[in-house]
Amino acid sequence: MTIARFWRETPQRYNLGGAKCTVCQTVYFPPRSVCPSCAQHRQSLGRLEPFHLSGEGEVVTFSVVHDAAEGFEMQVPYVLAIVRTKEGPQLTGQVVDVDPSEVKIGLRVRATFRKLREEGKAGVIHYGYKFTPADEWDGRPDGRSTPAPVASEVQSAPVGGSASA
Amino acid sequence: MEAGIVSYGAYVPRHRITPTEIGKVWGVDGAGMGLGLNVHRKSVPAPDEDTITISTEALRAALIRGAIDPQEIGALYIGSESHPYAVKPSATVVAQAVGATPNLTAADYEFACKAGTAAIQTCLGLVGAKMVRYGVAIGTDTSQGAPGDALEYSASAGGAALIIGRERVIARVEDTVSYTTDTPDFWRREGQRYPSHSGRFTGEPAYFRHVTECANRMMERVHSKASDYQHVVFHQPNGKFPQRVGKQLGFSEAQMRHGLVTPYIGNTYSAAALIGLANVLDHAGPGERILMVGYGSGAGSDAFDIVTTEEIATYDRSFGPPVEQYLHNGVEIPYATYAKFRGKITMGGE
Repeated sequence: MTIARFWRETPQRYNLGGAKCTVCQTVYFPPRSVCPSCAQHRQSLGRLEPFHLSGEGEVVTFSVVHDAAEGFEMQVPYVLAIVRTKEGPQLTGQVVDVDPSEVKIGLRVRATFRKLREEGKAGVIHYGYKFTPADEWDGRPDGRSTPAPVASEVQSAPVGGSASA
Repeated sequence: MEAGIVSYGAYVPRHRITPTEIGKVWGVDGAGMGLGLNVHRKSVPAPDEDTITISTEALRAALIRGAIDPQEIGALYIGSESHPYAVKPSATVVAQAVGATPNLTAADYEFACKAGTAAIQTCLGLVGAKMVRYGVAIGTDTSQGAPGDALEYSASAGGAALIIGRERVIARVEDTVSYTTDTPDFWRREGQRYPSHSGRFTGEPAYFRHVTECANRMMERVHSKASDYQHVVFHQPNGKFPQRVGKQLGFSEAQMRHGLVTPYIGNTYSAAALIGLANVLDHAGPGERILMVGYGSGAGSDAFDIVTTEEIATYDRSFGPPVEQYLHNGVEIPYATYAKFRGKITMGGE
């Protein structure tokens, strides 16, 4: 992956920056500029706002990977899961800090910030979200989440690009 | 001083290894080594964790607990001797990951184990001068000792983030003072993978001299004595040095209790004193006085006279595990897994 492509997706990978349709309230990740759920797509033009996923969700399905993709050899066996976030969008990501045998469909998880891959010993290091099992200290007082959405970044993000790990 | 700690967060990776397990590999009495160092277990970062990810987790917890808008952060400094890049700041990645960019100044600090306390002093200056609303000081490390070296029994990983501000201060920093000399007790040359140290020279002329001189200067400056403090936190390269220096300065075990975390997680270098302080703040009520003295090889000490305020009574600690969870939990791994995680195994083609 080129540096520029990864850099463009930083708002999604670092901060789970998505978009919300202010017409039908559907949340998208990665962000979109047109809402495919609205009956009249044109009606949604300019009405999608930056929206920040909380990172909380649950495992919809998962695989335990024993034959690693390049760059992940040190982590086998590792869990790759589809996570349904509480805001709706489903994300693909690794579930870490867990014994693979303890991962079940329905497991509550939260997003964490991890190293995704390194471009060799001398190249750039890519960071982004993975998931860890949720625990009793994940309750956000007053429904707060962090980090806050950064409007300018989300709006400049590409449309429809895959932001999965 | 008007400024103080508004919020804080700590993070320690999940894996642990015991000195006994390390000693088995090198034909050394690891259990005895652990007892001598007063280190029972040390934390080990996962292959996908480094100073940047640990700093981000600690700061995210601090931001949520303090209900602080990351866009109000005007300065962010990360103290570490294990920045993932030699050139390219850890601070920019962390700032972006918490949503603090672009209107802030950011930089990486290095001063062996005291770069985190140096970052606190910078933030106190900026916040006190009203140049920024909030300053973030982070101390994080994923340091390593060379295989078989005495350092391997203690060098661990962890991080803590302090948000410094003037409003809703939970712990006011009354004063700070430093003591700095050129003392070559521990170093890592450019391009070298593991640090070198001067053995016993790291003790009396280095750690003990700087910590005691700095602590005494601090207490002279604010006209205090050891018994005036409820808590004391020292830099803790092992569990033994801080106990001895505390005794020399007249502090009791009760005063050192919460600030001493290295016996359970190992030496987190730039984070060691800050995680100790985070544990103290986890337990403190209003009006408690804390002396914190950091130390960094090379060498220098930074001391802080801190008093908790009424705000700490209503401070919401519910997000993010308390430090005690990190001290007593974790998954123990064998040396082989540790060697794999820490890149100590030379792979083909390298």
